[in-house]
Amino acid sequence: MEHVIETRGLTKSFGRTRALEGLDLTVGRGEVHGFLGPNGSGKSTTIRVLLGLLRKDGGETTLLGGDPWRDAVALHRRLAYVPGDVQLWPNLSGGEAIDLLGELRGSLRRSRRDELVERFQLDPTKKCSAYSKGNRQKVAIVAGLASDVELFLLDEPTSGLDPLMETVFQDVVHEITAGGGTVLLSSHILAEAEALCDTVSIIRDGRIVESGSLAALRHLTRTTLHVTTREPLDGLETTPGVYDIVKSDGGYTARFEVAADQLGAVVEHIGQHGVVALTSAPPTLEELFLRHYGDELATLAGNGNGNAKPDGAARRRRGGAEASR
Amino acid sequence: MNRTATQPFTGAWRLVRLALRRDRIILPVWIVAISGLAGAVLASYSGTYTNEAERADAAAFGASNPLTRVFDGPASGTSLGAMALVEAFKVLAILTALMSAQAVIRHTRADEETGRAELLGSAVVGRHARLTAALVVTLGANLVLGVAVAGLLVANDLPVAGSFAAGMAAAGMGWVFAGIAAIGAQVLSTTRGANAAAAAALAIAFVIRAVGDLLGHVGDSGVVLISAWPSWVSPLGWGQQVRPYYQDNWWIAGLFAGLTALLVVGAFRLTSLRDVGSGMVPPRPGPAHAGRGLRSTLGLAWRLQRGVLLVWAIGLVGLGAAFGAVGKSAEDLLTDNAQVAQMFARLSPGADVIDVYFTVLMAIVGTAAAGYTVQALLRMRAEEDTGRLEPVLATPVGRHQWLASHAIIAAGGTTAILALAGLAGGLVYGGMTGEWAASTRDVLAAALVQAPAALALGALVLALFGLLPRESGPLAWAALAAALVMGQLGAMLDLPQWLLDVSPFTHVPRVPAEAFSVTPVIWLLLAAVALGAVGFAAFRRRDLAIGA
Repeated sequence: MEHVIETRGLTKSFGRTRALEGLDLTVGRGEVHGFLGPNGSGKSTTIRVLLGLLRKDGGETTLLGGDPWRDAVALHRRLAYVPGDVQLWPNLSGGEAIDLLGELRGSLRRSRRDELVERFQLDPTKKCSAYSKGNRQKVAIVAGLASDVELFLLDEPTSGLDPLMETVFQDVVHEITAGGGTVLLSSHILAEAEALCDTVSIIRDGRIVESGSLAALRHLTRTTLHVTTREPLDGLETTPGVYDIVKSDGGYTARFEVAADQLGAVVEHIGQHGVVALTSAPPTLEELFLRHYGDELATLAGNGNGNAKPDGAARRRRGGAEASR
Repeated sequence: MNRTATQPFTGAWRLVRLALRRDRIILPVWIVAISGLAGAVLASYSGTYTNEAERADAAAFGASNPLTRVFDGPASGTSLGAMALVEAFKVLAILTALMSAQAVIRHTRADEETGRAELLGSAVVGRHARLTAALVVTLGANLVLGVAVAGLLVANDLPVAGSFAAGMAAAGMGWVFAGIAAIGAQVLSTTRGANAAAAAALAIAFVIRAVGDLLGHVGDSGVVLISAWPSWVSPLGWGQQVRPYYQDNWWIAGLFAGLTALLVVGAFRLTSLRDVGSGMVPPRPGPAHAGRGLRSTLGLAWRLQRGVLLVWAIGLVGLGAAFGAVGKSAEDLLTDNAQVAQMFARLSPGADVIDVYFTVLMAIVGTAAAGYTVQALLRMRAEEDTGRLEPVLATPVGRHQWLASHAIIAAGGTTAILALAGLAGGLVYGGMTGEWAASTRDVLAAALVQAPAALALGALVLALFGLLPRESGPLAWAALAAALVMGQLGAMLDLPQWLLDVSPFTHVPRVPAEAFSVTPVIWLLLAAVALGAVGFAAFRRRDLAIGA
């Protein structure tokens, strides 16, 4: 498959803070690729390097077959960008800002633009200074998504949108991919990524720690089973690949997690006890994510008073957050 | 129940401490710079005029010469301190007014624009607390400034009473402009608008008192100017009428305090009338679609720049017209006074006095127009800093293309402003003398010849923007201030020629007093092209510097 975005060992520092420390990111044509990580992990820095707004310190970057820094202008004809924290010209109306950004890109579809203004319920005659954060975000979304381009770089595009508008946004992204477009969606809203993405990359401290299709990644983690049987469920504790058992109902009902590679054996084992009811919940993206950030969560929970010194890793991340803003 | 409604000043003291923390560098720098300038002028003055006879000549010249009346204000006798203060006060007063207006706006309107005020307003902070804190800090800074000025003058062996009167005059000017800025920050919804309003008020105050002093008459002693009534309508005029070391008019402190109190009360009234974040003028709806003119980088740049251009054009056309209007009376004064005529002849041998008059005045217009150039170009930095440039450069707009669109408008705007100001001055003077063609041509030439110098300064701003984006704002204004000080006080401060040569305005041909010479103009334009090229090249190679 042809790669629309490919970075190898990408590094970028701001003074003494290292924002990207050897980032390997690959996005194939036609994918909706989730780029997941908390604030300050390097998502925006990566996207700005891909846009040629920041200059990389080291590593390889290819975007649509070109060099993002050298070929910026030519590449920008073929992509659209929606920033996460949109600042607009206070004395322009929203409609003017949309048309301006669209015309500068040169591929604004006017009918699509009017349709999206309608669907996002945006009042295009209001001055940008009078918009709320969510409405400023809509201006950037309409200007970006109404463009006829190959690649969409969306940097936390739905921050500030209400749930209704978020649904509209998801519909529009589905329409884009149905038309063959490629999307890089940076986000920390895992439900959104789960609803939209085929593939995801998880970034931590300027490095990709996990990357692949959502289906394949799910394979790396555990499925939750909820079982009621005719005979008491015994031997679960000794079955390999079973974790976190919670029994109730005198041992006839149990809830537990199963490692993906042991699922077949475990199902066979419970089958011997006469299954009355069985529900299985696939691993959520949140669980995937926590595999890589669980240690940090534990640290935060352990120091819940907020006065404890952060560990070295957390301090580094905080530095990165400042630099990327 | 509602604490903030009944206690509008709750939290002000805490906000004062916050403002002092934020301004711990900028205010001391202003104060040291302004009071240091006062000390420097005095030191060089005592070196220039060593005896009473020399000073008497100079004072008589100052009282009768229309140029010194317009720029320095009323001559106030022959004492060393009085003469030095007449010379230095305009710069002290202008800088103090700018320091005060910017400080008030920084802690009021700028906070509202960025949303910081909303965060503060949600805490236990009264409705008037932010404005109160801004005023306490600014008025206090002016008191410190006044004492610093007085201290430096006393240290130079001048009488104590006069020195403190001089400090009071400077601080009073700062107080009034703190009040004006407080009103502007309530009425206008942007920081730029509020700062522009304060600058406009300063320009008006200058012109009004310039007219008053020009229309005044020389006192019986021959070394004192009695100003006409317009000088008493302007706060800048009041500062000059304090006349330190001559009359020490302490009662004028009452005028300053009274006007400041009126302005402050007005600003508090306005605060009660409006919502946090908004100005007094509500935003009107705009078009749902962009017009043809807005669909390019040049179109966007024009849209962003046209307001600033219009304001500066109106201001400088007004200034040019005012200079033209008083040209005739200046000419009469000059030809009546043999001593002054002689002095002028020495300045530019063989030239008509009116030509020298316009040469000198259009140099002022030229430096002022460079203020527009700097402000227009720094708009680029604001676009970058706030993040508005980012989505633009994410489209197929090249960095050079974007930079060029702003540079074209700044350069074209500078030239247009100078042309219009020169035209206005020439036509008004022509209308009063009947010599339409000749005067319009001469004054227009005197104005336009300033353009290459203003453009060279603008190109320096471009280079700074490319090389040191985060520092470009303060450095660009500092460069303009340096050009202003060199042009206005350079001779007085006895600055070495090599230093004066750094300012582009030193090289402007003295048209129409002297013949036009093309060489310096070519050098200025070459410097502009070279610095501009540095800016373009550096901007192409650097990271975008977004946010603080």
